[in-house]
Parts: sequence; structure tokens; C-alpha cells
Amino acid sequence: MKILIIEDEVDLRETIKESLLKEQYVVETASDYATAFEKVSIYDYDCILLDIMLPNGNGLDLLEELKRTGKSENVIIISAKNSLDDKVKGLALGADDYLTKPFHIAELTARIKAVLRRKNFKGKDCIEEANLILDIQERTLLVNHQNVHLNKKEFDILNYFLSNKNRLITKTALAEYVWGDHIDQADNFDFIYYQIKNLRKKLEEANAQISIETVYGIGYKLTEK
Amino acid sequence: MKLLNRSLIYLSAVFFIIIGVWSVIFYFNLKDEIRDSIDDGLDNNRLLILMKIPSDSSLLSQNEFGGNNFKIHPVSKEKALEFRDVFKDTMMYRINENDLEPVRVLHSAFEHENNYYKMTVISSLVEEDDLIEDSFWSVVSLFIILIISIIVVNNLVLRKVWNPFYDVLHQLKTYRLDKHEKSIKINSNVKEFIQLEAAANTLINRSKEAFNAQKEFTENASHELQTPIAIIIGKLELLLESQNLKDEDASTIAEVINISGRLKRLNNSLLLMAKIENKQFLDEEIISVNETAKTFLSNYEELLEFKGIAIQLEELNDLQVKINPSLIEILISNLIKNSIFHNIENGKINIQFTSDEFIICNTGMEMGLNPNTIFNRFEKDPTKVESTGLGLSISKAICDSYNVKITYEFSKNSHCFKINFKNILAAL
Repeated sequence: MKILIIEDEVDLRETIKESLLKEQYVVETASDYATAFEKVSIYDYDCILLDIMLPNGNGLDLLEELKRTGKSENVIIISAKNSLDDKVKGLALGADDYLTKPFHIAELTARIKAVLRRKNFKGKDCIEEANLILDIQERTLLVNHQNVHLNKKEFDILNYFLSNKNRLITKTALAEYVWGDHIDQADNFDFIYYQIKNLRKKLEEANAQISIETVYGIGYKLTEK
Repeated sequence: MKLLNRSLIYLSAVFFIIIGVWSVIFYFNLKDEIRDSIDDGLDNNRLLILMKIPSDSSLLSQNEFGGNNFKIHPVSKEKALEFRDVFKDTMMYRINENDLEPVRVLHSAFEHENNYYKMTVISSLVEEDDLIEDSFWSVVSLFIILIISIIVVNNLVLRKVWNPFYDVLHQLKTYRLDKHEKSIKINSNVKEFIQLEAAANTLINRSKEAFNAQKEFTENASHELQTPIAIIIGKLELLLESQNLKDEDASTIAEVINISGRLKRLNNSLLLMAKIENKQFLDEEIISVNETAKTFLSNYEELLEFKGIAIQLEELNDLQVKINPSLIEILISNLIKNSIFHNIENGKINIQFTSDEFIICNTGMEMGLNPNTIFNRFEKDPTKVESTGLGLSISKAICDSYNVKITYEFSKNSHCFKINFKNILAAL
């Protein structure tokens, strides 16, 4: 999998790059409009992370160019602007997703995986891991081809974990994922702990070949048994 | 007071003064003129009598006025020679009026066959009080006619003349800086109105620039802060994954990530509030408050279950309001989240939708909060450090931007927030 990061801020670019390398992706970077334009014109990428505010150009113009050549559907816009206008414009230009800075690395990984899944499995949006099949569209979980009922939050949490397999997910990142953007009170780790407890129990009962480990005081990590 | 009426008042005052002064002058001129012509008449009479005397000497014995308008007395020669013609105003008894009436008198002296006589000729004068009265009413009616014609002219003609002004006024009233509207245009070739149009457009352009600068600042501030926070969080999360990290260090890092999350939420909330106050949320749609609230409740289903909170919905009405979709979501979700997070174990939430109100009540702390400060920025429960203390301020800012009233009340152990949407109810 080849991913292009178009981001002018060097620290953020390197952080994202380091994280994506851990996922075994081939990562290339561009720090300005011209370089980015050159790279997207020459090479094909499985996923492009695009910052809207770029030196010497606007990310949306680049997106327009990508749309013209039919390459815009695997773009994730990463923008500091939580601006509805840009979001609507970006998505209208064919971008797959819009992620507002600041974001947790786990969130970005999950979004990239979703783009890659949609690109590679042509309409079938499923995560297959060990003996689990998580169908994102139908919102169902099959373990050993047996249906396991999950409530909404349990499903979201499992989806997040499966997209970040073997990666540490902090409690904060998980809480924000579960509660969305405008959550003011994140003092609900108890609730998340409770949901994870239930999820573990269900996975265990279904004999799933994965486990969610607690990294004490920090967060969780999903690993294959 | 309308412009037309104001000009009417000034004009009336000016007319009143002008007509007042003019009528006094006119009155005196008229009186002089009348007197002149009466004096001429008296003089003429005198000459006529003098011409008659040679043929009719009986006239010389006319000592009293009787029915005539003259009398003649013999006087000494010296007196007669000293005498000069004199006109005088005097009062005389009139039998028909049974009163003293003003008359004009001419005293004169003449010589007839070496005898000297004094002659007095009279003519009745116009009654002065009658003249004053008549002129007064004429002036009053002139004044009234003038005022009426001004009103008519104002309403028919001036209104038409001022039309471009009202047109500009209307356009300015409905002008929205953010909507990329065209500049103001009026149909007039009057110099002042063209200047007004130009001035209004200059002002609009300047406001537009300021508006855009403000908007840009908000967005740039966001950009400048969001990226460093993103870097902090990203780097710390990568650091957490490194193998050779002591457990204590790891939990410290996790804490810092958590605090960065707070920083992020705080920044987001402040920006959101700035945007609301700058009125950057403009599109309005008709939205059912009931549906919005129910969607959010279903999002929190598991949490409600976990906390054992019972929800009671009383839908007395389908509350449809005309509002920005993002803002109503933020408003309703803030209040619902508030009612969940500040609730107690196995508590209750009661939500009511009336014909114009959304009321949400929840069990919670046994003490009421101060309704005067509850919506202030950074007013928060000191035991909940995670809270930014901006949730209710954002709700208030949203309500204020739509001129909608939000109130807090504590009664019977329940904290109630009430929003009265009557100003933005969608017409059914």
C-alpha cells in the first residue's frame, strides 16, 4: 500500500509518516503544492492525505486536479479548519473523508484503513481478522461464521480496535472516538471500561481469536491470540 | 417620528411666524390705506360744501350734525386764520348701535363774505375690532389651508421624491455581509441619493472587509493552534508505543495526552463560540426539535443504560423551528449531554416539547445553581476538571444569536433548562 502525505508542517508530517510506517505502508511525503502536484501526476497512490492550507497553493485546487484525472476518491483531507464550507467542497470534489486537526493517530489509521478497504474490496466494506468478520455496512460481527450481537458502542469500539490492531489506543482517543467531536465532558472512562468488559466477554464466549489487552493507566491494545 | 412629519412641524412653525408678522404689518398698512381714502373723502366733502355755500347760505346755520355729516360754527377772524386743517379719530354716539363708534373728523376753517367759520366734517370709520377679528380669521384659515396643502404635498409628492431613500433604507436593513450580495442600487438621478448610494456601498465594502478579516482571523487562529496540538498528541502517542518506556513515564504521557485533549476541546469550543457570535452560521432550515433530541438520545442509549438514567419524553407538540442545522444540533446535544453528565446514578431526565418550548429537566446535585451566572464562560462544576465550562455558554450564544430565550430553574430537586423558540417557530 502506497500512501502520500501532503502536509507542510514538518513535525506533523514526520509523526504521521512514522505511524504509517508501523502499519507497513510505503509512505511518501510532499511539503508544498508543487511537489505534491508533481507526485500525484506521476504516481498512483492508494491513499492521499491532503492538507488544505499549503504553501503556494490551496489543497482544494489540487483535489480538483485529482478529480479531473479520476484519482480523487482515495483522498482524506486533513485540515485545521473545521469549516463546513471546505468540508462540503472537499467531499463534493470527490474526497473520501475529512479529518479535522488535531486528531489522534489511531483515528487517522482507522480512516486510512476504511479508505483502503473501500478501494480494494469494491463495495464490500468488511474487516476480516483472525476468525472475525466485521461488516461495516451491515453493522454485524461474525465470529466463526456465527453472528455475535453487539450494541452500537461496542460495535464502534471493536471497529476502532480492529483498525488499529497491535497499536496502543489511549483512553482519551477512544473516548473521543466514541463521543465524537463536541464532547465536553470526557470523564466517562468508566462507561468505556464497562463497554470493553462486555465486549471482551462476548468475544470470549464466541471464542474469537483476538484479545483486548489493558495497558494499565494508559489505554488498550488489540492483539491476535 | 417620520421624516415627513418632522418637516411638517418645522414648516408649520415657520409659516406660523411668517404669517403672524405679515398679518400684523398687513393690518396696519390696510388701516392706513383706509384712513387715507376716508381723509380724501372728507376733504372732498368739505370742498363740495364750500362750493354749495354761495348758493345755499342756510348751510351756514347747520350748527349740529343732525342727519348730515357736517356742522358749521362761526369763529373769530384770528382764530380762523390760525386754524390749520386737521384730521382726527374720535368717538361719537350712534343711535342705531346704541354705543360710541369710531369716526374720522376733519376740522377746517373758511371765510365767507368776510365772516369766518369753522367747519367739522365726519365720516364713520370701519370698526377696528371687527377688522381685526375678520383679518384674524382670514389669517387662520390661510394658515390651515397652507398646512393641509403641505400635508398633501408631503404625502403625494415628497413621498415620491423620498422613495429612493426608503429604498436604500430597506436594502441596508436586509443586507447580509456574508451572503455575497451585490452592492446597493437605487433608481434616482438626484445628486444626494446618488451620494447616499455611494456612501452606503463604501460602508458595506469596508464592513465586508472587516467581516472577512475577522472570519479569516478566527480560521487562522484555529489553524495556528490546531496544528501544534495535533503534533503534540501525535508525537506523544508515538512515544507511548516505544518499547523502552517505564510504566510511570507512560502514564505521565497518557495524562499529558488527556490534557492535550482538553486543550483541543477548549480551543474548538472557543472557536465555535466566536463563529456563533460572528454569525458565521447562516443557512437556515426548518428542523424538528423533537427529532433532533430523539436522535441524540439514541446516540446515548448505552450510556443512559449504564448510568441507569430513565428518560421521560412528553411530546405535546412537534416543535418545528427555522434555524441553522449545525447550531440546533449543538444546542440540543449540549443540553442533553449536560443532563446526562450532571445526573446521578439511577436518575431521571424529563424532556417536554410544548407548542413553543423545549424543556429538559434532570435530577442531579441537591443544590440549585445560580441562574445568573450559569451561562457564563468557564462557569463549571469544580469537581469536573475535564469540563471546559463552555457548553452552556455556547448554548446561550446560539440562543442569543436567534433572539431565543434560554432559562435555568431549580425546583423539586430537578435542574431545568427551558428554551422558548417562539421567535423562530416555523410557520405551520
